[in-house]
Amino acid sequence: MIVQPWFVDFAEGIADGEPVYLACEDCDQVALPPRAVCPECGTRTLEERPLSETATVTSSTRIFSSIPAFADETPYTVVIATFDEGVRLTGQLRDADEVELGETVAVGVEQRGDDEWLVTFSPTD
Amino acid sequence: MTVQIAGVASTPFGEHPDSSTRELFTDAALEALEDASLSVHDVEELYAGNFIGDVTDDQGHVGAMLADYLGARQAASMRTESACASASSAARSGAQAIGAGDADVALVGGVEMMSASGIEEVTDALANAADNEYENEAGLTFPGIYALMAQAYVNEFDATQEELAAVAVKNYENGVSNPISQRQEETDVESVLDSPPVATPLNLQDCCPITDGASAAVLVSESYAEERGLETTVSFVGSGQASDSLALQDRPDLARTRAAERAAEDAYERAGIGPDDVDVVELHDCFTIAEILAIEALGFFERGQGTRGAVEGETAVDGRIPVNTSGGLLAKGHPVGATGVAQIVEITKQLEGRHPNQVEDPTVGLTHTVGGSGASCVVNVLRGGE
Repeated sequence: MIVQPWFVDFAEGIADGEPVYLACEDCDQVALPPRAVCPECGTRTLEERPLSETATVTSSTRIFSSIPAFADETPYTVVIATFDEGVRLTGQLRDADEVELGETVAVGVEQRGDDEWLVTFSPTD
Repeated sequence: MTVQIAGVASTPFGEHPDSSTRELFTDAALEALEDASLSVHDVEELYAGNFIGDVTDDQGHVGAMLADYLGARQAASMRTESACASASSAARSGAQAIGAGDADVALVGGVEMMSASGIEEVTDALANAADNEYENEAGLTFPGIYALMAQAYVNEFDATQEELAAVAVKNYENGVSNPISQRQEETDVESVLDSPPVATPLNLQDCCPITDGASAAVLVSESYAEERGLETTVSFVGSGQASDSLALQDRPDLARTRAAERAAEDAYERAGIGPDDVDVVELHDCFTIAEILAIEALGFFERGQGTRGAVEGETAVDGRIPVNTSGGLLAKGHPVGATGVAQIVEITKQLEGRHPNQVEDPTVGLTHTVGGSGASCVVNVLRGGE
């Protein structure tokens, strides 16, 4: 599989404690890389900004049956978490099996293979 | 230009270990052409949905392959791909070609062979419909994505797993009467809740099976039908297709399918109808939660009220708005690249009064097919004769 350079950059930003997101200078819409065009207003005025390192859990699921790359790791939990800036990100839960909705989690990444990255969230409490 | 449906057919859905993509599609296409009283040489355009053939068969260029093995080499052929909505896009493309006056006969359909591959390989291939970096690399599966939508819905509207399960109970029951249906057993709420967990809150019986199958429909212009003396009563009167973010995480409301709302609005406008005019529906219940989200997006229920459909019998065969009288994807099965036309086959039979779960005198029927978690959606509207 081809490694996407934009995703490596995004993941390394998280690994280095400097995650980023995109914000539209015209309409304030927020987004994640690698967009060239604002998905809301269609202008090309997206600007890279620093993203918080914590977010709150918006939805979660415990996965019992998975794709080959993760089949040996079931069960595990995947969450979508919302950052204060408004963007949401999907990642695997670490240091706990379950989380409450609205719980605060810290974003991280794990390297799998040469340039493959897995986004993670861990409870902050 | 009015587009008419001259013939339809689906193969039995289930496991076809001794068949293949090209053979199964040919079976459905020949039966549809026979139903239309037309020959393979009458086909001018061929659009066929197929989603994971590149992975399961190591075979691309599927449109030409299907035209070749059907004996329709004169036809312009093309595979349409919009994940699980691929065949609905095929039907839409065929209707557009006839509607524009570019063709008189379009064979539209789809095919998927899934059972010969292992469950993990199929899950992996289907995951190609999701955002590879933001979803698959996080270990998120398709059932997992719908589970996240279900969890968001449960939280927002205080819905229960029992209410989700009611969708499976209804559709399994409908599937038993449908001879092509893969699942031929009824279930009950308790059995759904007791089936093995796949991705919480969804259990195995909340999920559609892995299916081999093919479907085809013959679309013709009204003038061609008259010229050839074809018996056609069902018209293709409107189609809408729209998009949304590829990744679920980019949607402001996880429990809402905006592409379906947009596609429905477009299809209703083109057909000159509203949700209250629809008499029978085949929609994309790949998971129980998906049917609930769909009946809300299509305007049959207010947001947060969709669980009422199966629980209170409003979506039953004899209900206010019958949904998935075929058994739906949950029971009939979901050969992903064929599903959209399989739905058209079922609705055509309803409008012609020859469906195994016939509703009373329907005039307007609707199909709704979702690509991925809702990044694409196609809504097609059919109208029967008076």
